[in-house]
Amino acid sequence: MSAPTAAPILEVADLRVHFPMRVGGFLNRRDVVLKAVDGVSFALARGETLGVVGESGCGKSTLGRAVLQLIAPTGGRVLWQGTDLTTLDRAALRDYRQELQVIFQDPLASLDPRMTVGDIVAEPLTAQPGSPPRAQVRSLVKDTLARVGLLPEMINRYPHEFSGGQCQRIGIARAMIVRPQLIVCDEPVSALDVSIQAQIINLLRELQREFGLSLIFISHDLSVVRHTSHRILVLYLGKVLEIAPADALYTEPLHPYTRALISAVPLPDPKRERGKQRLVLHGDLPSPLSPPSGCVFRTRCPWAAAVCAEQAPLLREVQPGRRVACHFDAPGERAPGAAAQ
Amino acid sequence: MAHVLRIRDLNTRFDTPEGEVAAVNDVSLHVDAGESLGIVGESGSGKSQVFMSALGLLAKNGRARGHVDFHGIDLLSSSNEELNRVRGARIGMIFQDPMTSLNPYLTVATQMTEVLVEHRGLDSVAARAAALRYLEMVEVPEAGKRLDQYPHEFSGGMRQRVMIAMALLCEPELLIADEPTTALDVTVQAAILEVLADVKRRLDTAIILITHDLGVVAGLCERVIVMYAGRVVEQGTVEEIFYAPQHPYTLALLNSMPRADRGAAQELQAIPGQPPNLQRLPPGCAYRERCPVAEARCIEVPALREIGAGRLKACHREQPA
Repeated sequence: MSAPTAAPILEVADLRVHFPMRVGGFLNRRDVVLKAVDGVSFALARGETLGVVGESGCGKSTLGRAVLQLIAPTGGRVLWQGTDLTTLDRAALRDYRQELQVIFQDPLASLDPRMTVGDIVAEPLTAQPGSPPRAQVRSLVKDTLARVGLLPEMINRYPHEFSGGQCQRIGIARAMIVRPQLIVCDEPVSALDVSIQAQIINLLRELQREFGLSLIFISHDLSVVRHTSHRILVLYLGKVLEIAPADALYTEPLHPYTRALISAVPLPDPKRERGKQRLVLHGDLPSPLSPPSGCVFRTRCPWAAAVCAEQAPLLREVQPGRRVACHFDAPGERAPGAAAQ
Repeated sequence: MAHVLRIRDLNTRFDTPEGEVAAVNDVSLHVDAGESLGIVGESGSGKSQVFMSALGLLAKNGRARGHVDFHGIDLLSSSNEELNRVRGARIGMIFQDPMTSLNPYLTVATQMTEVLVEHRGLDSVAARAAALRYLEMVEVPEAGKRLDQYPHEFSGGMRQRVMIAMALLCEPELLIADEPTTALDVTVQAAILEVLADVKRRLDTAIILITHDLGVVAGLCERVIVMYAGRVVEQGTVEEIFYAPQHPYTLALLNSMPRADRGAAQELQAIPGQPPNLQRLPPGCAYRERCPVAEARCIEVPALREIGAGRLKACHREQPA
């Protein structure tokens, strides 16, 4: 998808979420800081989808929640149409809650089992002061249910009566009923079967076109993200390693980590899958409690050099619209291990 | 070629308070020595229950009928003692969540050597040496040190490597892997799939890979069986299934998948509706209500018929999908 070009409605600058933690046992107890999100910056235009990818524990979900102020950031700014949300108190934030919505991964677990579908979908409206009259809410709920592909007469049923795909539609209806401008989608299709995944992806794309929605689409599934996003942000241990337009990122990944991620995605095509060059990463993701010095990726990077342990690379613009946090230009063009000076 | 495992006319039913669930319906399949067979299907397709039935691992409310032949032993009519001589020794198993299959209270060394002492009669020194060899084979770094650790000290990917090493200890003729990489990150998944491919090359083990992920099958398997609502709907080589699918469901499944090697210019072709409820299977072809080319005759259950050498499909239509 080509990205809409417009002034950003969301600007995130140097966002940080640090959790103080106490680790160790009786004798070696010490206080450490878990930097779940560490200096993330990006902008999002109206009608645009930013995909956020990375392995488990990289800070994707924390980033999404911090943007919405569901977790208080410890630093940085979140400019929503010019207003810095991080400076607002709870009461002032309430005015923005309807504009900023969220959809979660596990559709059934995120719906209250004792509430009817009608009450669940209406909640973002009725939880606010100045809620419209009941009859109006009910008709709005029915319209919204119909818009997300559910039958309006399902309004009095309970979540357990629905399949996973239908529950995710209920979650989308609950987000859509307040006509939001931004939805953070946190792994919205990861729990769904393949045949149902496509229905939900297509629904989100339709809603985006119809309402000019901006989406932050968090997923570990790189195939899904390519299909849903205009631009993609690659996160690793709380830091942005690369941000690029979707097609460019997949056809020409610049950061070594991005290359490794993309080459690891299995393709449903036996010849391509067996013939492709794979960049295999050795070792596990380091503990976020003690990230490597310098570049956080260096312990698994086949091209790591001395400088990578000393200095953290800046996220710099290498092509228009493409930013990469690596000390080297096109490290992938050198043989692994052959570090530049 | 000799079949390592042959399943004929398998039917599995579960009794539930809401009625009987028809989880597996008339499934027949086989896997040959050194072959890797992919079983693809969505949740509720019966892909796991086929093998849970075959290995006598069904939940208490389940019953299986049919024939499961493993080198002349009918597993379905075997006693638990007989099954225990086969499971874990001649047939290795790997599941999605290794934590549920490893004992959290015992070190990896204890769990691995126990298998070798029990099934292969090794003494403890030889067993430890063998355990170390298998951990090294699946590329667990610092295997000697890792042997004496507990499962919780391993990451998800390393734990799955330990599971594979354990499943290989008795050099099984068949390895059944049920969603072995589903819980793992994509880079770890790639590494585990390489380990499985390597095992197959080096030990000539037959592998049955049960998964919902067509991409994983494309990389590892030679032959593929597609299941829907407890039935086999199509069978063929991996090339036939991916490049010339014959059943409308297989085609729809391929077209509904987002792919990392394709841009997003086109809408995904979603499959409408939902998989059928196995408690109330509709009459006829179970895919009928979602099938874009369904006809009047689809009210009859289509037989799984041969349309080429080793090529099967369960659809009334003569034309490809």
